[in-house]
Amino acid sequence: MTTHDTKLGGPLPVATYILTWLTLLVLTALTVTAAMVSWGGKSIFVALAVAATKSVLVLTYFMHLRHEARIFRALFLITVLALTVFIVLTFTDVAFR
Amino acid sequence: MGEKHSDPIGSKLGMWLFLLSELVLFGGLFLLYSVYRFRYAADFHQASEDLSRTIGTLNTAILLTSSLTMALGIAALQKGRQALSFWLTLVTVALGLVFLGNKYVEWTVKFHHGIYPNAPWLLSQNKGVILFFGLYFTMTGLHGLHVLAGLGVLVAMLVLIGRGRLNSARFVPLENAGLYWHLVDIIWIFLFPLFYLITG
Repeated sequence: MTTHDTKLGGPLPVATYILTWLTLLVLTALTVTAAMVSWGGKSIFVALAVAATKSVLVLTYFMHLRHEARIFRALFLITVLALTVFIVLTFTDVAFR
Repeated sequence: MGEKHSDPIGSKLGMWLFLLSELVLFGGLFLLYSVYRFRYAADFHQASEDLSRTIGTLNTAILLTSSLTMALGIAALQKGRQALSFWLTLVTVALGLVFLGNKYVEWTVKFHHGIYPNAPWLLSQNKGVILFFGLYFTMTGLHGLHVLAGLGVLVAMLVLIGRGRLNSARFVPLENAGLYWHLVDIIWIFLFPLFYLITG
């Protein structure tokens, strides 16, 4: 194993992990609070936006996606894009039927 | 036995490909959920009120904290602090068990209220309510199985760390276990608002 390999995905400062965790907890409190208010049809998008933000934090810092080889990010984005296409295409049918 | 070769990038790539297939597996269920929620919005809202937001929020915090101890455990191993890594991984396992314990309590209460697949009371409800609980049991159940599998992997990691088989030179197995654990956390990050936090 070369030093170059161990660098990739290597440990981040402990403070980064703790800060990520605290932000995740704050976002959880935020989404629970937001659910107490009636947003009408928009509430699902508020909930999904918070969930997406939390996921990006987990992926970036806990899963080190930001510090890994570029191929990992590319594969992940392709998968998310494919899922988005499935959902959007399904709704072009379901929503306008 | 010849010289041992290791390929950290390759083994992590393999793990990521597996995780992406998991994402697609749950993605299909999320697609099903979104179509039914769109079609039966009022029923989904009503059914969601039966779930305990307190337990849901608590379990979210527990899983997020377990992700922190997991990440710290990997970092400790990479820095050669095996004992610390062992304890942090053990805490991760304990938190996973508490999560499953809460899930057990939650489901037991539901069963007592006559809410389980094909229950007579449930079948007398609106179509959307039946679908909501069908999806709830399927998706949180499948997620629970993933937590259980993750715990199995983590216990194996504890044995390896305890025996000194994992160390600052060989930590990719623990990293891969962590990747799996974090993905299971991400799935819960979406399940939580979609089932517990539906507002009218």
